[in-house]
Amino acid sequence: MAATNKGKTAKPAKVVAFSVNGKAVELQIGSEPHQVESSHTLAHTLRETLGLVGTKITCDNGACGSCTVLIDGKAILSCMTLTVECQGKSVMTIEGLADPVSGRLDPLQQSFIDHTAFQCGFCTPGMIMSAKALLGENAAPTEDEVKEALSGNFCRCISHYHVVKAVLAAAPGGSE
Amino acid sequence: MAQEYRFIGKPTKRQDAAAIVTGGAQYLDDIKFHNLLHGKVLRSPHAHAYIVKIDKSRAEQLPGVEAVLTWEDVPDWIGGTPRVVRVLDRKVRYVGDAVALVAAKNAQIAKEALALIEVVYQILPAVFDLEEAMKPGAPQLYQELPGNIVTAGTPAFGRNCLTEVVMGDVEKGFGEADAVCEGTFGYENIANPIPPEPPGAVAHWEEPNRVTLWVSNQASYLDKIILFHLFGKKVEVRTHGAACGGSFGTKLMSWQVQSYATLLSKATGRPVKIIFTKEEHIAAFVLRPGSRMHARVGMKRDGTVTAVSGTWLVDTGYYSATTQAQVAVGCGEIQLMTRCDNWDLKTAIVCTNRNASGSVRGFGGQELKCSFIPVLCLAMEKLNIDPVEFIKKNYVKPGDGYFWRDGDWYTYRGIDYSDCMDQGARRFGWQEKWQGWLQPSAVDGPRRRGIGVGVHGNADIGEDSSEAYVRLHPDGSAMLFSCITEHGTGQRSNYVKMVAEVLQIPMERITVSPADSLVNPFEYGPFGSRGTYAIGSAAIKAAEDARRQLLEMVAPRLDAKAEDLETVDGMIFVRGKPEKSIKWGAMGYERTILGYGRFDPDFTLANCMTTFVEVEVDTETGKVELLHVVNATDAGQIIDPPGLEGQLNGCLGSSGIDSAIFEETVLDPISGHILNANMIDYKWRTFSELPPIDNVVLETPVASHRFKAIGVGEVATSPGPMAILMAVSNAVGVWLHEYPVTPERVLKALGKINANGKVNDSAKVNAKVNAKVNAKVNAKVNANAGSGGAA
Repeated sequence: MAATNKGKTAKPAKVVAFSVNGKAVELQIGSEPHQVESSHTLAHTLRETLGLVGTKITCDNGACGSCTVLIDGKAILSCMTLTVECQGKSVMTIEGLADPVSGRLDPLQQSFIDHTAFQCGFCTPGMIMSAKALLGENAAPTEDEVKEALSGNFCRCISHYHVVKAVLAAAPGGSE
Repeated sequence: MAQEYRFIGKPTKRQDAAAIVTGGAQYLDDIKFHNLLHGKVLRSPHAHAYIVKIDKSRAEQLPGVEAVLTWEDVPDWIGGTPRVVRVLDRKVRYVGDAVALVAAKNAQIAKEALALIEVVYQILPAVFDLEEAMKPGAPQLYQELPGNIVTAGTPAFGRNCLTEVVMGDVEKGFGEADAVCEGTFGYENIANPIPPEPPGAVAHWEEPNRVTLWVSNQASYLDKIILFHLFGKKVEVRTHGAACGGSFGTKLMSWQVQSYATLLSKATGRPVKIIFTKEEHIAAFVLRPGSRMHARVGMKRDGTVTAVSGTWLVDTGYYSATTQAQVAVGCGEIQLMTRCDNWDLKTAIVCTNRNASGSVRGFGGQELKCSFIPVLCLAMEKLNIDPVEFIKKNYVKPGDGYFWRDGDWYTYRGIDYSDCMDQGARRFGWQEKWQGWLQPSAVDGPRRRGIGVGVHGNADIGEDSSEAYVRLHPDGSAMLFSCITEHGTGQRSNYVKMVAEVLQIPMERITVSPADSLVNPFEYGPFGSRGTYAIGSAAIKAAEDARRQLLEMVAPRLDAKAEDLETVDGMIFVRGKPEKSIKWGAMGYERTILGYGRFDPDFTLANCMTTFVEVEVDTETGKVELLHVVNATDAGQIIDPPGLEGQLNGCLGSSGIDSAIFEETVLDPISGHILNANMIDYKWRTFSELPPIDNVVLETPVASHRFKAIGVGEVATSPGPMAILMAVSNAVGVWLHEYPVTPERVLKALGKINANGKVNDSAKVNAKVNAKVNAKVNAKVNANAGSGGAA
């Protein structure tokens, strides 16, 4: 670095600052290995820069919902979101759902276990994050509302039926 | 009725459950490697061409690029069955064929380097239709395969590998028939299971001749064997299997991506990772074989099939990996569902200039039956035979025989599935809804409902070999050594359950070895439907062997014979006298006990899945909606109820039922490009469109292993597609014989649009079709008044 910057006035690198799972993250924007390029997606940054590989990439094209995370409580596709767009936002991933102190799982995670609401499990983090956003907005969704909220999440094993049961059972205002 | 067990048949938590729901389950792309390089593949834009010249110099000069390999740089590693495909060749044979490999410090640079490789092609004529490919003068893909006909039979199944079904006297059989029907039907839409996790591999080469691979695969021990042979038996191969993000049969053989990573690691001395993009996954990874069959069947009024003759043509794309095996298994499976004495069924496997076919759930039988059952339906219609009665009569019965994949004759010693089919039909309401062939079950204005049924089963529940070790520890815990990756069926936990039942210790006290080929004994893998019976048998026997050794060792301490001893929860006592017991620790704290179990192939049992479907067709738009599905099967003994239910629900996607309704891979017949190689244009069912599914699972004990269970998960996808064709044809009153039944095909069948997709004189056609169908329906509905069948 020193060689390339020799004789130049080093400009302070621009940064993007946001929080992930409650922890502040500040990343320099640039093309060095430790920096975030302006073309990097949030999915890429979470996985490759921050090591949060619980977020899965299936299509990398906004079609399948595998990479779903929450930004300020809303479900978004992290493969279609640039990291530089996340300035000041609060990002939550699958790794942030369990209680950080006690390790106790989020009721949704526990419900997915209790209902065996997965088979290969690759789409599961995205499913849980989509469901988390739904329950944040609607504590007592109907079955149709659950299906609608998850309709962008691809699963090939067909865990859908178990997932719907798991989400309904985990709804805080639900009857189960 | 099934027996009551402590663990077997109980819904227990999968051992990987917490990891999956917290994002902690490690799939291939989640594993961290030191000093890792990233690989990318340059792919051919032409369906058939010679590479005249490749200039890789600009790519090699790009900073961050560590290796660029072309056909001129790589060893003569040749794959396929027979071995005709060089890992990189100077000829490309499909759009997407590998031309060059790049390793760079990150994936972005590797991708940029691909664009800097200059290739001069000499374009050759290409062929995309299997019958065109068989004609004299057609473009030839390989010198070694004249006429594009792939050598029949696979050495893996022995010298007499099944390649046809020929027995009895078909002319005599046709003479005895009350109806003889024939036709040519296909299952050629090459619907793709598309597991969410893309194919990939990480390879680390160590000089002079050792490579370690991390794979995302269904059968990781098999990878080691396939690669060992591919690498000329000169390279020591070790494989690590991890969690596999879906396979559905497709990630059985990933030798190409694994060998690309190996070559790049060999060239750079560093670990190299290649993960396919979704476009590569759909356009350059495994497709289902295309199936086209001309068949003639003879049938008696009572549903007896008197003769079957015909030719089954299989499109394997640009080479065959497992297609001969699929043909062999398919030829076996057609006999399981058609009890007939007279056969003359020939087969041919053909190469075309599209991406290669490979292993997919339903392995051969689904492809064959989707083409064959429409012919049977024509005969059933002619003789007015209820298809449920037909499949009950014709599915293999105890004492029947069949030729299986190795060409040998086997006598079936399993159960009669008629009861299971009856119970499924009752749950579905078949009797109330069935109005006869080409009759809707209900009509509501332009919307018509129809029902259909399909059946599938195979005798590969006991195919190939498995080995396992069970190690007992003095603290009352145990470890199962079995080279199994977890690809979604929950089998790793199910084997723990079986071992726990034998040893009578809680499942939490049993761990499973990682799927590392270095430490585990031979394992063919949870392929076909063999997981429960074949792999389960090896695990059970290993546990029994370890238990026997333990009891023999401690028997003198209890002044008893080993056979009089019991062990429960790590305590050992004389049966019926638990008050005097000793712990497993009595084996000594500087000791472990190792049990060994092995399963040898058994082709005398078969599973069976019957699927009933009801559809609603909008005759104005041509849209087909799936209203209800009932799957009926007999598992002998359920091992894990929620896991099994999940497997059966899998009947929709992964190229099952939906491959008959809307799923298809669209190949441009001019350029050979796949036009929908992404997950927006490739259609898949969403949460909003889920039909109700009822799974009827019986438990009639079967003579497999000590828990009397057999695997049924794999075959859940297979009966559905043929049932859909039947249901839609019945709904609209005319035969539909092409998969999938898109709105265009429905409207064409109804005569509402012509062959060019143009609208016909709709008023006239509608009036005609409606009048015809309504007249038939009214007559039927009146006859059945009060049954509720037309509701």
